[in-house]
Amino acid sequence: MTPRLFYRKATNYVMLTLTGLCALVAVGILFFILGYLLWNGGTSLNLDFFTKLPVPVGESGGGMANALVGTGKLLLIASLVGVPIGFLGGVYLSEYGGSTFSFLVRYMTDLLNGVPSIVIGIFAYTVIILRQHHFSTLAGGIALGIMMIPIAVRSSEEFLRAVPASLREAAVALGASKSRAIVTVVIPAALDAIITGIMLDLARVAGETAPLIFTAFGNQFWSPGWNQPTSSLPVMIYSYAISPYDEWHRQAWSAGFVLLSLVLFVNVFSRLVLARKGHARS
Amino acid sequence: METSEISTNRARSPERARRFSDRLASGDTAANLIVFLAAASIVFITSWIVFELYRNSAASRHEFGWSFLTGSSWDPVNEHYGALPFIYGTIVTSALALLMAIPFGVGAAIFLAELAPPRISNALTFLIELLAAVPSVIYGLLGIFVLVPMLKSAEPAIRATLGFLPFFKGPFYGVSLLAAGFVLAVMIVPFIISISREVLLAVPADQREAALALGATKWESTWDIVVPFAGKGIVGSIFLALARSLGETMAVTMVIGNTPQISMSLFAPGYSIAAVIANEFAEASSEMLRSTLIELGMVLFALTFLINGFARILIITTSKKGNAT
Repeated sequence: MTPRLFYRKATNYVMLTLTGLCALVAVGILFFILGYLLWNGGTSLNLDFFTKLPVPVGESGGGMANALVGTGKLLLIASLVGVPIGFLGGVYLSEYGGSTFSFLVRYMTDLLNGVPSIVIGIFAYTVIILRQHHFSTLAGGIALGIMMIPIAVRSSEEFLRAVPASLREAAVALGASKSRAIVTVVIPAALDAIITGIMLDLARVAGETAPLIFTAFGNQFWSPGWNQPTSSLPVMIYSYAISPYDEWHRQAWSAGFVLLSLVLFVNVFSRLVLARKGHARS
Repeated sequence: METSEISTNRARSPERARRFSDRLASGDTAANLIVFLAAASIVFITSWIVFELYRNSAASRHEFGWSFLTGSSWDPVNEHYGALPFIYGTIVTSALALLMAIPFGVGAAIFLAELAPPRISNALTFLIELLAAVPSVIYGLLGIFVLVPMLKSAEPAIRATLGFLPFFKGPFYGVSLLAAGFVLAVMIVPFIISISREVLLAVPADQREAALALGATKWESTWDIVVPFAGKGIVGSIFLALARSLGETMAVTMVIGNTPQISMSLFAPGYSIAAVIANEFAEASSEMLRSTLIELGMVLFALTFLINGFARILIITTSKKGNAT
């Protein structure tokens, strides 16, 4: 082996190792995060966390039941806003698109996807809170719903496009109108993939904090109805983590563990479903 | 769906005047209209966001004009606001994050796309996508309780080796531009990896095969042929990551120290645009302060808009190039 060849082969192996290490470090961070939250949050988690209200500073115990319910309510409103617009927008782009207008819609969807979440929060504030003059669950849910739209559009479009053209043609050949073919053949064929995509979208906004701090705000108690400020898991983690109390820090770790478990569970489950169906996710 | 409901009671009318309602009743036009409205509402909402930001920042724009971007005082008592410390903090932390994230991200992407066996590559890619799904408030939590103490204990070592640089002077409390840069770096690495990997995978196979056939090693074909081919796309992925880190709020707010100042030292606490909005917006007592914060939101929007647009152009040209050959 000439020195030159040796040098080339050595470079090959050294770089293989180095780039492999980069990938391993990135994956290592994930396991570090998981392990740390399990260690700090999972160990101090108990039933009270899920069933009790937060207690004032100085008292031990208490939980974040109201924050869990709050996050659920926010996600419900978010789905009601984001899913219809996102899904139907995706149907438009996939089935009716092709014009200048769909270029505009795609462009605006990309633009909306790039808007920082805190700016969406400002938008919800100016449109809803400034008129109502108080913080509300509704405003927070709408902010999250707007954040859901771009991903819902894109995944719906992608999965509908993956439906083979032969299915559409068969339906039309049997005499179905275009809309009937879409509703009864194309959408059902892609439905489970679309639902999985929307689950991923929900998991993403479930951890959003920035748009909630001045829309849904926070609440140490139960939030009745939809028009009162409500606490939510991410905002609780934030406000407890920056507080000076050890007991609250412990609670923040527990809440972080619960949030991360939920988000990762939905992600693992959805991605496995999509992978088995042969859909590549971008 | 309501479309099928309508189509059952369709009416056949010979009159031309009723043609539109007829077509609507036949379901096709109604369905078209419904999905068109959904698509149009996306355009409408996005434009509405821009409009609201512009309208609600009017007071601040009239009061301070362009000097808002260059002023460095933040004085709520006299209602005099300048955005420079926040713009500085945002740019410095993002630049620092890119500096740390680019080698790792691009290296890992090269490994996953070109060098690793497919099984290992798929498993690692799956895990890295999970890393991208971790909420930012979790990064903030780990930032406060893990990273900041770690940086505190690493402080003597940093001072001993790099202390001669102006970037590592002054007292260090843990919360700092450095800590924010670190957290952001960890957060954007998965984005750089997954987008760069896709761009690399889009490089046509014959490029690699030609290089390998000429006797290049695997690394030579990767580094001299595939990476330059995908170069613009990789730069695009870096810009997308930059746009994300500029707008990142919670993790930064929790570790940057929230002090509006401009300091050369990365040890010093700072402030970012997103962080000041997060901290002050809910309690903004005066109209002027609120208007100022909304103008800061508009600055952030404009920054991310420009960078995102630029990144997309780069990524699209690269994938077009791959398809053309």
